[in-house]
Amino acid sequence: MTTARLASRLVGGLLLAAPALAAQSSVVVDPAGPVRTVSEALGRVTPGGRITIRAGVYTEPVIRVAIPVTIIGDSGAVFTGGDHEIFLVTADNVTLRGLTLRGGEHSFMEDRAAVRFDSVANCVIEDSRLEGTFFGIYLARSRGCRVSRNVVRGSAAVEMTSGNAIHLFHSSDITIDGNRVAGHRDGIYLEFAERARVFDNESTDNLRYGLHFMFSHECEYGNNRFERNGAGVAVMYTRHVYMHGNTFGDNWGPSAYGLLLKEIRDSRIIGNIFRQNTVGIYLEGSARNEVLGNTFEGNGWAVRVLANAEGNTFAGNTFRRNAFDVATNSRSNVSTFRENYWDRYEGYDLDRDGYGDVPYHPVRLFSLLVAQNEPALILLRSFFVDMLDAAERVMPVLTPQLLQDERPLMREPA
Amino acid sequence: MTTTDTTAPAVEFRALSKRFGRLTALDAVDVRVARGRVTALVGPNGAGKSTLIKCLLGLVRPDEGEVVLDGTALDGGWEYRGGIGYMPQAPRFPDNLTGRELVEMLRDLRRGLAPADVELLEWFGASGALDRPVRVLSGGTRQKLNAAIAFLFRPHLLILDEPTAGLDPLASGVLKDKIRTVRDAGATVLLSSHLMAELEELAEDLVFLVDGTVRYAGHLAGLKERTGEPSLERAMAAVLRRGHA
Amino acid sequence: MRTATRVLKYELHNVLRSKAVLVYTVLLFLLTDVLFRFGGDGARVVISLLNVVLLLVPLVSVVFGTMYVYAAREFTELLLAQPVSRGSLFAGLYLGLALPLAGAFLAGVGLPFAIHARPDAALWGPLAMLLTAGLLLTLVFTAVAMLLATRFDDRAKGLGGAILIWVACAVLYDGLILLLITMLRNYPLERPVLALTLLNPIDLGRVLLLLQFDTAALMGYTGAVFEKFFGTSTGRMAVLGVLLVQATVPLLLASRVFRRKDF
Repeated sequence: MTTARLASRLVGGLLLAAPALAAQSSVVVDPAGPVRTVSEALGRVTPGGRITIRAGVYTEPVIRVAIPVTIIGDSGAVFTGGDHEIFLVTADNVTLRGLTLRGGEHSFMEDRAAVRFDSVANCVIEDSRLEGTFFGIYLARSRGCRVSRNVVRGSAAVEMTSGNAIHLFHSSDITIDGNRVAGHRDGIYLEFAERARVFDNESTDNLRYGLHFMFSHECEYGNNRFERNGAGVAVMYTRHVYMHGNTFGDNWGPSAYGLLLKEIRDSRIIGNIFRQNTVGIYLEGSARNEVLGNTFEGNGWAVRVLANAEGNTFAGNTFRRNAFDVATNSRSNVSTFRENYWDRYEGYDLDRDGYGDVPYHPVRLFSLLVAQNEPALILLRSFFVDMLDAAERVMPVLTPQLLQDERPLMREPA
Repeated sequence: MTTTDTTAPAVEFRALSKRFGRLTALDAVDVRVARGRVTALVGPNGAGKSTLIKCLLGLVRPDEGEVVLDGTALDGGWEYRGGIGYMPQAPRFPDNLTGRELVEMLRDLRRGLAPADVELLEWFGASGALDRPVRVLSGGTRQKLNAAIAFLFRPHLLILDEPTAGLDPLASGVLKDKIRTVRDAGATVLLSSHLMAELEELAEDLVFLVDGTVRYAGHLAGLKERTGEPSLERAMAAVLRRGHA
Repeated sequence: MRTATRVLKYELHNVLRSKAVLVYTVLLFLLTDVLFRFGGDGARVVISLLNVVLLLVPLVSVVFGTMYVYAAREFTELLLAQPVSRGSLFAGLYLGLALPLAGAFLAGVGLPFAIHARPDAALWGPLAMLLTAGLLLTLVFTAVAMLLATRFDDRAKGLGGAILIWVACAVLYDGLILLLITMLRNYPLERPVLALTLLNPIDLGRVLLLLQFDTAALMGYTGAVFEKFFGTSTGRMAVLGVLLVQATVPLLLASRVFRRKDF
């Protein structure tokens, strides 16, 4: 008998105060018995074994998973929480699959999660449903784990009393894919999470951010949808981010952004769609980022660049039906716009090389007026304002002349 | 419709006054228009003839006085106009309607009470013009249409403003015949014209307006007698010179 | 009312045959059609049509309307000599003017959409709002035309007034609002500006369309007033309601003048 097994049996035995039985590689938990709780099953299963949960509603104290094990719920296997976490995983190589976790009171004292992985490696949680939990899936100090195809639905109404759906803290090489999260404070939250791969997720209708990360370098985000989140997506204090093929949509509000970049450096944002956001991309203190081949459609402001953002490149993007294409608070410009398609461009292409022969100035006089006098926004699309803009184009006085696209595309890039 | 008091004058203007700003168009006008006769309404330009007619039609609201029709004072109602045929001076019909549509429209507005009197159109030989848009009709043909419309609904009171203006002599004659015919049938006719010969030919009575006041009202022949002038034209000139009849 | 519908029937006959209305319809049709051929998708065409609707529709409505009422002046007198009430004649005249213009607008803009636009649920909202705005602006500015042409016997005055009102609503008004906002930038101006916007029918039409296309931008405004107003369907209903009031008020005034007028 290994020490681990002995320990687990001891733990199980202590918890259940039940006689120790012979360890099995496969244990079935069933409301009708003989094994009625997961905690009991954990005391009986061999490390690396499997626990199968039959349909039923289970209400247990914190289920502490301290041995490598695979726990699989049959359809209808439901765990309810309360004033404590449901699963606390502290062993490597633990897999949770097909579970339904329901309920969990909010706490001001701790980030109480339905499932917490703490200081583990190679953990998996997949194909599970979390409904109305405070924090959903929480990984702390873990590495090489995978969070796949889970549905995490909250019913958050107030930021103060809501938690995040998927939360990573000081973790590395985590894969988050195919999840659908909604109704939390933040949909996906990463803090000090490096080399995470976030793919094919849907994060919608969260109170604050669909995706929120800081100090999480070298992460990749692909083909996710972030929609109708209170403040959109905000990412901060991070280097070497790669975002591609994501959709940022319908994030409305005075401080809502399709994508807010704060102190983001050396990152690539490629082939994403920004649709119907109050602000498509917002850059603050961010440098040397490449924004390539994205589509900005129907946003209030497609791109907002603050003066302290330097050396960013916008190329090959499509700008369609935005109220404002680019806004900035600076007369000088330190970002580069080239070879984008602008639906407002009225220039010509005499040499037929596909690029307009006169530069496009994406900053309108009206956007400066609105920046200084917000109520002027009500005059959007008015004939008078169009005349002002036309006059400014002919004789520029106020708009930054350096901010221009020298070679605007005549047609939308394929 | 009000009951007709056949003993009363067809139309009676009682102390009728109307001012347009500083201009006095009618100044306490008292006139009776006899039933079943043709009354000429004459006077220099701006004498108030049109205003008087418009008061009768309800197009202009008098400041003071009243218009009494068949013994009943007008009170702002509109039904009484069913008995009136009006031929305005130089009308403009909607360009794109045909004469026939125009006639149908007016008949519609009168709810088709009586079968229309299209005799005049036939006399004019203008029936063929009915199917063309008004805009392509000649001035004379339009005037024929205008006249026909006035007689269309067998009115017992006809108000004709310069009826023969723009008509060729032949059509003029036809119209005069029609006026006599309806007069003989008992209709009252109020006729405004600058053609003295025409008035002498048609009218029995005469109302002479100058500057909004009545200078003469009575038998047409009486005016000539009183002034001792041989022609109506000279008689009127004499009235103007003397300031009264 | 029966008299009004009888008058209306023949007014419709007349106006629908007028070249001006035909030209107006064809112009709108060609414009929309060309936008489809060059611009592509329906939503973009709606946006391109925004300023056409906001400028051309009021201009045609108020100028053609005023000229039309003046041209019908003598005939109106002839009709008033018939046994009809002034009220019903007025109603017939107004509808006989407004309905053909509204119809011309709906046909001129709507037909190209029926021909070119792919059935796309996302397009119905903006298109419906474009047509509604154009329709209401037609009603408002024909009502203004009725008032001008009834109030002023001098045609030059009436026509001058029509053009003046159009220039004021289409251009000057927004300039004044902008000036006001810039000059008084230290004061909370949201409510006054919102109120000022509600006074100008062309601005209201524009706001209706903004609510379709630019909610994203409007919601970015930190002053809570716009957001509260625009964020609700109540706001949209209010805008539609105010436009109806703006058609009704000049119409009632015109009707009052018409009833008391000496012709």
